[in-house]
Amino acid sequence: MTRYVLVRLVNGLFVLWAALTVSFLVLHLVPGDPVSVMLRGGGGEGAAIDGSLADELRADLGLDRPVHEQYLDFVWQVARLDFGTSFSTGDEVGAVLARALPSTLELAGASLLLALVLGVAAAVAATLLPNAPLRSAVLSATVVGNALPSFWTGIILLQVFSFGLGWFPAYGDGEFDQLVLPAFALALPGVGLLAQVLGRSLRTALAEPYVRTARAKGASRLRAVTVHALRNAAIPAMTLFGLMIGGIVAGAIVTETVFARQGIGRLTADAIGAHDFPVIRALVFLAGALYVLVNLAVDLIYPKVDPRIVLRSA
Amino acid sequence: MPMTVTDTDTDTDTAGTAEATGAPQEREHAARARIGAALRGTARRPWLLLAALYLGLVLAWTVAPGVFAHQDPLLTDASRGLRPPGAEHWFGTDNLGRDLYSRVVHGTRTSLVAGLLAVALALVVGSVLGALAGYLGGWIDQVLMRVVEVLIIIPGLLLSLAVVSILGFGTTNVAIAVGIAGIPGFARVVRAEVLRIKGSAYVQAAVTSGRRTPAILLRHIVPNASPPVLVLAALDIGGAVLSIAALSFLGYGAAPPAPELGAMVSQGRDYMSTAWWLTTFPGLTIALVVLSTSRIARALERSGVSS
Repeated sequence: MTRYVLVRLVNGLFVLWAALTVSFLVLHLVPGDPVSVMLRGGGGEGAAIDGSLADELRADLGLDRPVHEQYLDFVWQVARLDFGTSFSTGDEVGAVLARALPSTLELAGASLLLALVLGVAAAVAATLLPNAPLRSAVLSATVVGNALPSFWTGIILLQVFSFGLGWFPAYGDGEFDQLVLPAFALALPGVGLLAQVLGRSLRTALAEPYVRTARAKGASRLRAVTVHALRNAAIPAMTLFGLMIGGIVAGAIVTETVFARQGIGRLTADAIGAHDFPVIRALVFLAGALYVLVNLAVDLIYPKVDPRIVLRSA
Repeated sequence: MPMTVTDTDTDTDTAGTAEATGAPQEREHAARARIGAALRGTARRPWLLLAALYLGLVLAWTVAPGVFAHQDPLLTDASRGLRPPGAEHWFGTDNLGRDLYSRVVHGTRTSLVAGLLAVALALVVGSVLGALAGYLGGWIDQVLMRVVEVLIIIPGLLLSLAVVSILGFGTTNVAIAVGIAGIPGFARVVRAEVLRIKGSAYVQAAVTSGRRTPAILLRHIVPNASPPVLVLAALDIGGAVLSIAALSFLGYGAAPPAPELGAMVSQGRDYMSTAWWLTTFPGLTIALVVLSTSRIARALERSGVSS
């Protein structure tokens, strides 16, 4: 077990290194000069650029040195978890991230919990409800939930519950009632996806002989689903849930903008707007690390859910 | 476009063969039976029909926006600012007095063209990479697939944003960025298909009879690998439109006067509490485009599985 985790963590480091290299290459190889984009401020394509100013800026940012030198420097910095200083504010990138992280963790945690609870409830409802039109209505609702643009659902929620009914405050973070609407807006696409995947494997599981046996021995339909089928149907949904975590963090970019929360997502949007590459690279690193850790955690939980799965470090 | 969708969806194998082999009379009969089956099929699936109709409307907006919206989407008139929806302005007017309906029509065009461009880019580049990796194998396969795996771990929206920060802002750049984020998915599917087809007898026969690699790829592998790839492309259109709208919403897409659905939702935020129509109509249009394309793509997927 310990060996397995160690091997996976070492593999994870390689994946992270590869992700950083790719992001470095993308930032350097994609045609387009970051310095001229910065000077234009994302404005008109044809705006004139002061040549000496551009050279000065390039030297300041270290972008005038050979690419391989920049790359080695960059890898060495990241290995020491030093992400440099932000192009736009001059602050330490690590400190900037640390300041923004709590708000996003709160939001992501709340919406993952919401997605999990609502997704499982919808999947069970879509399999268990007594009449067929009701079941397909739940199923259609999950499809719709998955198709809605999250920035738009956020605004609709604000219009209805904040401006219309006045149940929740429109903006800000820190308080619980300020968390409800953004968490819901962020969770909605995930609810739909999770309910569809779990619902499909639930229906497959319900056709299995062991469910018929359980029913024959007197288990109610509800018990057959929740106790017998759910556990067997959980594996694909768990894989999806692991993937959703990355998606929710990316979704926070939009949701935090809509609800004016000062978190990682807002930071990302600002960094893109300012072409702040050190911050963008740190965010890519963070997303990669999150992916590696979440996947490891999901893999470690598999055998607890289904004892037939054995972990092997290949 | 919608017609072909419903057609393949309900097409039965028996009707197809009868049409191919039969005498003219039989052929006509088979064709009539097929149309009948298609109509019955769509009647049984009203949502699919609605999705096809809506998508047809949106495509018509894209091809000829002037036919559907007579008012200038850029014409400002301060005296008509923030009118609610009515007979004169179907979707109301915005703060500058521009007609929201014609902005939605023209904005849909921008969003849809950008979405199609993104999917086309992902489809072409992803397919080429996947086909090379799958067919050539060896170290090329190893390197390409490692890169693809790494791209997959970065959430798509974040990857697109990173690319946009390099390319600069604008609708085309946003479409390219979203397309790049879509490449890994296509590369994976195409590689798997190519690996499956590579082992089949007809490809082996072509190799043995001395055909060149490009000819084999084009004549034997691409046609056989395309159905699942095209289904993926159809499924991806909705997602691409969503991503492009999200990036435009964040302010990286079309520059202000030009109408774009995501940007329109963003501009409407300032009047959220007083002018609900400014955010509702553009948002609803996007949501329906995504729903319809996914509905049709799933129907295509299902018909592909059964045949």
